[in-house]
Amino acid sequence: MTAPQQQKLKITGPVVVTANRLGDGAVVYFTAGKKWTTRIEDAAVVSTTPAATEFLQSAIADDVGAVGPYIAPVRLEGATIKPGNLRESIRLQGPTFELPASFGI
Amino acid sequence: MYHYDDFDRTLVTERVSEFRDQVARRLSGALTEEEFKPLRLMNGVYLQLHAYMLRIAIPYGTLSSEQMRTLAHVARRYDRNYGHFTTRQNIQFNWIKLEELPDAMTDLARGGLHGMQTSGNCVRNITTDQWAGVAPDEIEDPRIWAEILRQHSTMHPEFSFLPRKFKIALTAATHDRAAIRVHDIGLRLHRNGAGETGFEVIVGGGLGRTPFVGKTIKPFLPKRDLLSYVEAVLRVYNQYGRRDNIYKARIKILVHELGAEKFGAEVDAEWQKIKDGALALDPAFAADVAARFVYPDYEKLADGPAELTQARKNDTEFERWFKNSVSSHKVDGYAIVTLSLKPEGAPPGDATAEQMDAIADLADRHSFGEIRVGHEQNLVLPHVAQRDLYALWQSLYKIGVATPNVGLVSDIIACPGLDYCSLANTRSIPVAQELTRRFGDLALAQNLGRLHINISGCINACGHHHVGHIGLLGVEKNGEEYYQITLGGKADEDARLGALLGPAVKYDDVADVVEDVVATYVELRERPDELFVDTVKRIGIEPFKERIYAAR
Ligand code: SF4
Repeated sequence: MTAPQQQKLKITGPVVVTANRLGDGAVVYFTAGKKWTTRIEDAAVVSTTPAATEFLQSAIADDVGAVGPYIAPVRLEGATIKPGNLRESIRLQGPTFELPASFGI
Repeated sequence: MYHYDDFDRTLVTERVSEFRDQVARRLSGALTEEEFKPLRLMNGVYLQLHAYMLRIAIPYGTLSSEQMRTLAHVARRYDRNYGHFTTRQNIQFNWIKLEELPDAMTDLARGGLHGMQTSGNCVRNITTDQWAGVAPDEIEDPRIWAEILRQHSTMHPEFSFLPRKFKIALTAATHDRAAIRVHDIGLRLHRNGAGETGFEVIVGGGLGRTPFVGKTIKPFLPKRDLLSYVEAVLRVYNQYGRRDNIYKARIKILVHELGAEKFGAEVDAEWQKIKDGALALDPAFAADVAARFVYPDYEKLADGPAELTQARKNDTEFERWFKNSVSSHKVDGYAIVTLSLKPEGAPPGDATAEQMDAIADLADRHSFGEIRVGHEQNLVLPHVAQRDLYALWQSLYKIGVATPNVGLVSDIIACPGLDYCSLANTRSIPVAQELTRRFGDLALAQNLGRLHINISGCINACGHHHVGHIGLLGVEKNGEEYYQITLGGKADEDARLGALLGPAVKYDDVADVVEDVVATYVELRERPDELFVDTVKRIGIEPFKERIYAAR
């Protein structure tokens, strides 16, 4: 999938602003209060280009909070916010297989 | 083992303290991400999908047991208890925190390990045959020359900002286990008609978006000229490489556009100016580097000791492993043992901290404290007394690294793919895992013979799919994962690129299609010992195409 940072901004559905937290690289989402959270359920969801652009600009301005902010699609299932594609769901949930943990991996 | 000197130790320690300061300034906001990114990349720190990743170089694939323990410690203390061995004799930690990186690097530096030049547009980790120094088919230890090149290229100011990254691989054996023909520079140490040893210099090989097998521009280069000639190649590349277009910036494009002959002539002109200068190698210097490689104090032993013969007769599982994973050694009574990091259902190339520690202990007990890392993402114990093989096998079996599938269909090379990598189109690891389950029957795998499957999650080709006997390349179609399949690639002395089978297939179908490809081979091979890649060479891909796509 083309890296989202390289995509031209064109909003066609619900989106959030996401990035990696500076200190540990954890996946974070931008909230309505313009803070970073690891909880996708607390992310601000917008659906228009101007709103997404505004959030993205604020996120970019916070260079110490998180790295490489971009706009990612989400799916709304009732009040629940779900990642909009496989890449985003891997970012949220981690690899799609069990990580090696002990002998015999 | 190579013993680093004070210069190396100081260099690495100084770099760590410099990086500690850079990280502190980044965390405080004194450095912006734009300023910091090139600094972290210079130390092998990437940002992946869900965490930072640290890549550590394992020069010429040689690790001491102490270094392996250091890697285990880093995996345990700073990561999620495992590491991933890559196709370029590196190890990657996938969950490192930026805040903890300086401490992790300090611990690594104590073991002589670092991430310098594992990223960025510089000369990367110089790779070689994982059997260097012990392979019966080599004329001398290629690591001496890899080390000389490593010293010369480390933080070389002229070559720290090349048009793109630059990869050098070297072999001194008849059989190329280092994939030298698909590197920016491949060096093959061999003997000429007069009995002198020197290098065949191959340039412009590489995979990625535009794959090429390298071309020979110098059939025989005397050893004294190694540094000056490599320097001349780098200078020509530095001057003419396409800095304007990232997709055309690798040396392979330059060699292709100029033609190997013209490129060779440019190199030669540059080389004439410098060949007799400071870079002409003093034999005393080469001898000094060679002397820093300390070889084990081998016992005088005979091949085929009674303990081994007995164990092979009595234990069929051991016999199967012996035939697959044990290779001949230069020294009588010893053997080279490959440890498969590809057990059924596991991510290829991953090892847990416990496995690393246990392997380090076994290396101490059975391999003079030495371990090797190969580009096929397996490990090697290079100096095992044949009489110890049965005991060693039992220990390896317990820690899950004795699957007798080395070089077989389930010994899959796969890049991290979309499960980790921010550049990926598709996943690689789950495809590899599924294929290892499909081909989990070891008797079937053995019956198929040597068969390499390589998987890359995007066109960057970190899984070397173009040179897989069966290559899988992940592509995205309308947000879904698809895989292009190529057949007939090879990475060895007879390197060639695979041919495209046909339209890409869906994630859900890819394992079925690979199974069908393999079944077609079994039907069409001339004899049971005709290898997959030879069948493809003999009959082409059409018969495969017909079977695969007719059924779909
Ligand atoms: S081939 Fe692509 S997906 Fe795989 S590791 Fe390399 S860049 Fe990432």
